Amino acid sequence: MADISFILNGKNVTIDADATKRLLDVLREDMGFTGPKEGCGEGECGACSVLMDHELVSSCLVPVGNAAGHEIITIEGFSEEKRYEKLANAFAEAGAVQCGFCTPGMILAAEALLNKIPHPTEMQIRQAISGNLCRCTGYNMIIEAIQMAADTGDGLW
Amino acid sequence: MLYSDIGKPIKKVDNDIKLSGKAKYAADYNISEMLYARTVRSSCSRGRIKSIKIPALPEEYFVITAADVPGKNRIKFLTDDWPFLAEDKINYYGEAILLLVGADRALLKKLADEVKIVYEEIPAIFTIEEALNNVKKPIYGTDNKFADYKYEKGDVKTAFAKAATIVEEKYSTGYQKQAYLENQSMIAVPGKAGKITIYGSMQCPYYVKNALIQAIGIDSSKIQVVQTVTGGAFGGKEDYPSLLAGHAAFAALKTQKPVAIFYDREEDTAYTPRRHPAEIIFKTALDGENNILGVKADVKLDGGAYAGISEVVLQRSIYNICGVYSIANLQITGAVIATNTVPNGAFRGFGAPQSIFAIEMHMESLARKAGVSAIDYKMRYMAKQGDTTATDGVFYDEIKLPEMLAKVDQISDYSKKKKMYGEQPQFHKGIGISLFLHGCGFTGSGEQDIIKAKLKLCKKKNSQRVEIFAANVDMGQGLQTTFRKIAAKALAIPLENIDFPYPDTDKVPDSGPTVASRSIMIVGRLLQKAAEKLKQRWHEDNDIEIIQDYEAPARIKWDGGKSLGDAYPAYAWGVNVVETKVDPLTYEVTVTGIWTVFDVGQPIDERIIEGQIQGGVVQGLGYAGMEVMTNDSKGHSRQNNLTNYTIPTAMDFASIKNCLVESSYEDGPYGAKGAGELTLLGAAPAYAAAVGQAMRIHIDRLPITAEYILDEVIKHG
Repeated sequence: MADISFILNGKNVTIDADATKRLLDVLREDMGFTGPKEGCGEGECGACSVLMDHELVSSCLVPVGNAAGHEIITIEGFSEEKRYEKLANAFAEAGAVQCGFCTPGMILAAEALLNKIPHPTEMQIRQAISGNLCRCTGYNMIIEAIQMAADTGDGLW
Repeated sequence: MLYSDIGKPIKKVDNDIKLSGKAKYAADYNISEMLYARTVRSSCSRGRIKSIKIPALPEEYFVITAADVPGKNRIKFLTDDWPFLAEDKINYYGEAILLLVGADRALLKKLADEVKIVYEEIPAIFTIEEALNNVKKPIYGTDNKFADYKYEKGDVKTAFAKAATIVEEKYSTGYQKQAYLENQSMIAVPGKAGKITIYGSMQCPYYVKNALIQAIGIDSSKIQVVQTVTGGAFGGKEDYPSLLAGHAAFAALKTQKPVAIFYDREEDTAYTPRRHPAEIIFKTALDGENNILGVKADVKLDGGAYAGISEVVLQRSIYNICGVYSIANLQITGAVIATNTVPNGAFRGFGAPQSIFAIEMHMESLARKAGVSAIDYKMRYMAKQGDTTATDGVFYDEIKLPEMLAKVDQISDYSKKKKMYGEQPQFHKGIGISLFLHGCGFTGSGEQDIIKAKLKLCKKKNSQRVEIFAANVDMGQGLQTTFRKIAAKALAIPLENIDFPYPDTDKVPDSGPTVASRSIMIVGRLLQKAAEKLKQRWHEDNDIEIIQDYEAPARIKWDGGKSLGDAYPAYAWGVNVVETKVDPLTYEVTVTGIWTVFDVGQPIDERIIEGQIQGGVVQGLGYAGMEVMTNDSKGHSRQNNLTNYTIPTAMDFASIKNCLVESSYEDGPYGAKGAGELTLLGAAPAYAAAVGQAMRIHIDRLPITAEYILDEVIKHG
């Protein structure tokens, strides 16, 4: 066990944990953030996605020790942002939410993309969410939502 | 919000909680003193348990075995043959033998790996062929058939006697895993005086409740089942949650603590039910001009080790074996075969995807023999209003297939491209079309004889709010929104004034399971009727409660013993076009275009229907070409995660262009029919026809892997 400090959703946190504990478990069990979901536990589905220094990571593959000194944002933190509002409205407008299990991860994948490329092509969007599986929507309505947010999100990204 | 046009899309009521991560799925519940259960499974496919050695367990860790099942150790299905926990017999690799229960999930996994079980192995049966050749001891009954059906229409004998040629073809299809993103999850909480409350991810709260009444041997009032936000289901949470809830309940009763079972992806992929593999044989009698005189078809489904709900799946396979075609003379046989593999179960389409693939490819083949285009040949037999169904019932409603075909041709340029790709074999391009239907609601008389749905609507005195009491669940398909829309329209009150909590069997009547594309068409209609009655009584100065019972439409006639009559109250229709390009070196298939036209009656929300179509078509394309699941020589699934069982990603398919035709069904709410399952059915045959054209081969198998294409190319020289 060791003291591990990082920034979580804008706040400095220090936890006493085994450095090999999965970041996903720390977030869900120790910090009470259940927005990141466990879908596969091996980095394939993206349901556990969070942002680490604004990059999309699968929190099931990150030992919490590796988060030390970094900034972690979960959907709970991101949902306070104006950019979230823009994406959430676009997801609603495009009908991009069905069972919702992949949705927090998809929103964060979209944020990570738009942060780098504010006006992505369809192919860039497809690539950016290709590590996030969705079994309900067939993806096209999610792609449309991200496109819609990018088209109307001038100045936000 | 008031609706003049119910189809106009509105914002889904659960968008905000799902987008923001606030929605609580079962694994997000925080229940104090909760323990976890880990399933210990068989590593033998068939045999008897000789001994079990459990490692030393820490304090407050428990073992649950078949001896801990208080009531009947069989899951309540049509046939009660599947034990919750194995007694002494083992019938498939992965069968649940015991549970280890304790506080630390990682430790439980480790302890489970240390359990030593010794088996006396019995030669196992892995294929339909082996199950029927009578060499090994039968798994079920004397013939290994969980169900055996036969029906006839017209005069098959004369048709075959007159035949100039008889064409015989065999089609086969593989497994498909539902692969919902949220694995199976269930929590049992012990209460006062022996009460058990279940919280879990499920489609059918009353199936779970009834299974527990039998398994615990307890009064109905002691079992409460509450659905949690459900992260996808697709049929996979129709049957299996009954088993899982039993496990959690037995553990909760023994420990008197809340017990959760959250499957990991490996357990969920390798050991829970999938779509049935099928073998379908057609024998078709043709006259001298290659017109169809009669068809004999035989459907065999691989049921796995226990009967479960396979018999009902078989019914849908055999009653839909003719697809959209009205054939005068038919003889249909079908059986579900027992094998020592994971029991198969419900998956969107429920036996129909196998049949629709087979009949569509058979029609393609007959068209080639006749020297006419597939579409021209199919149009000769396409059903019209008033024609008879396979089971000699009647297509009562207008069939808009001609309009749908014209529409799909207009948006896809199908006819032009079909001709062009035919003339340019060097480009390895192809385009395929499928025509299909889906019988909405339960097969046969299930709705009036078995389900007997009941829905309740309540308004409290001096309140403007109305609450819907129904057992149907939102599993992503949007029922939270569409049910509210139906009620709000009928009552002419704002949607915000309608409450529709997640089902809790202590509160809601049994409006039946969330399956068979029935929730909107059947239960939504009850909701509309109840709301119209409530509107008439709106002025009353007291609490108002309306109970609405199901009544079968008067026109429906069904003889279950003979499998004859109206197998379904109504049909939804589809036409799909898929365009592909095949790499001539690697045989990798790229889908370059997808066009779809559907008749689902009046959509209750056009955007929700669009979501069903987009998702269903992509699942169907996965079934067609990507999703491979096979067993090794011990009957153990080779696929056990999302890396080796690959479902479509955002990179795999072109976008889908979709149109709906205007249509209305008189016994559905505001004209709506079922839509959820229909959308999956047409993708595989359209894809297969496209790949077939691109490579000049006849596709008779799913999934269409590169290896399979190579084999066929070699075979065709």
